Amino acid sequence: MGRLSVNLCGIELSNPVIPASGTFGYGYEFAELYDINCLGTFSFKGTTREPRFGNPTPRIAECTAGMINSVGLQNPGVDAVITEELPKLKKCFNKPVMANVSGFSVEDYAYTCEKLGAEPQVGWLEVNVSCPNVHGGGMSFGTNPEAAAEVTRAVRSVTKKPIIIKLSPNVTDIVSIAKACVDAGADGISLINTLLGMRIDLKTKRPVIANKMGGFSGQAIFPVALRMVYQVASAVNVPVIGMGGVSSAEDVIEMMLAGATAVEVGAKNLIDPFASRDIVASLERTMDRYGIDNLRDIIGGAHNG
Amino acid sequence: MREEIFCVEANDVLTENVYRLTLSGNTEGIVPGQFVNIALDGLYLRRPISVADAEENRLTLIYKAIGKGTEQMSGLLPGDYLDILTCLGNGYCLESSGDHPLLIGGGVGIPPLYYLAKRLREAGKEVSVILGFNNADEVFYEDEFSQLDCDVKVTTVDGSYGVKGFATDALTSSYSYFYTCGPAPMLKSVYYKTNTSGEFSFEERMGCGFGACMGCSKKTVSGFKRVCKDGPVFRKEEILWED
Repeated sequence: MGRLSVNLCGIELSNPVIPASGTFGYGYEFAELYDINCLGTFSFKGTTREPRFGNPTPRIAECTAGMINSVGLQNPGVDAVITEELPKLKKCFNKPVMANVSGFSVEDYAYTCEKLGAEPQVGWLEVNVSCPNVHGGGMSFGTNPEAAAEVTRAVRSVTKKPIIIKLSPNVTDIVSIAKACVDAGADGISLINTLLGMRIDLKTKRPVIANKMGGFSGQAIFPVALRMVYQVASAVNVPVIGMGGVSSAEDVIEMMLAGATAVEVGAKNLIDPFASRDIVASLERTMDRYGIDNLRDIIGGAHNG
Repeated sequence: MREEIFCVEANDVLTENVYRLTLSGNTEGIVPGQFVNIALDGLYLRRPISVADAEENRLTLIYKAIGKGTEQMSGLLPGDYLDILTCLGNGYCLESSGDHPLLIGGGVGIPPLYYLAKRLREAGKEVSVILGFNNADEVFYEDEFSQLDCDVKVTTVDGSYGVKGFATDALTSSYSYFYTCGPAPMLKSVYYKTNTSGEFSFEERMGCGFGACMGCSKKTVSGFKRVCKDGPVFRKEEILWED
């Protein structure tokens, strides 16, 4: 095991860096730019039972040190992901991949997770109960402990692969939701999804985004994400994946000190397509600078004393 | 797609708020109809700008200063460096042009047609161009197209220069194929008033510009397409007007 490797729910990652769902497609756009096998793994585009176009455009707004998106889970549906996307992905990525799943009912989640869980390439199922951009699903499952637990139980019953529940920060008490998911059988928790946000165009005097609101991500949200990772990591006994504004090797280390076993990089991939590769490449020298021998040893380090 | 560092050579004023940015750097592989995505200090998202010309080691971009990013660009000075993603988008299909292609551009939709006209002229095509503006003060690049030996017509909505009316009011029937770029109402008008096949370059607010975020999706007859990666150029037969 190298000094960067970590164990995520029973599967070893050569390093803790994971491009986040929705910022990395199914990998092959980035594989044209660099060998994506340098990554710990990546979480592919959120997949639903049926194909979805998503929300009307404009879907993107800029913010100070971040952005808002309202894509609305555009994806080709689970069957096309299995028959078209995964074979393409296999050609450029030879590690277990993280399958990100969304749904509009408990049955949807179970259906999609059962199908993706049966794919040998899939190492983990990251279950998104936190998409702020769809109605009647997504985030509504992640804003109440009982609903989040129900999705977790349903998914638990259809797969033996590790289940990671991805939580929304748009809640009063994220810790109670995380605990409910773990009690219902989750093998890990990932957080945070985007913060619900909005921009208004001063020229048109109307919201920039067609759907009015969207998910705020990027560097600006890092302190909020870090705080929530710290809170959840201290309350649950399963691995936590930290994400939200992570943009550098320093941010990765900070997230791990807060309790993250692995760290997802999101919006940064969209403004710098080489960001995840460069973060991996700079981890060791950043560890040296801060006197860290081994990343595994620092997980949750900020909770001590 | 490649990430390159470019150096500002000039940032010339063409009209009241339209600028021509000339950059030196690696332009290898850039084809007409593609765009570049520029990182600007202090702004989170890159700014996608269409390519007006690409020669060896020299990139020309023409942009209108209308928002935070483009206004900041208007202050760029010779010697400034820019981090730019190049070779983005599909570009126009030059092989489809036939012998007498028609290029129809509106306002800041005109720049990508210049690089296209240049390549079509190099291929020996007889190129006609219609350039549409609101008024005489907004007119740019008429001479540049003429210097390529294109047949150039200019229209202005208020009639203060050239033919009075919209670009589509100057359409003739003698062209083998068309290429167009401009505001959405113009594109729609071109779609209904042209009598051959052709290609449309679309604009959309983008996140990444290279196909990862699904921010700029568009419905087409052949399914959902990303304007940044599958476009920005779409064939007439692919287009679905949603409204």
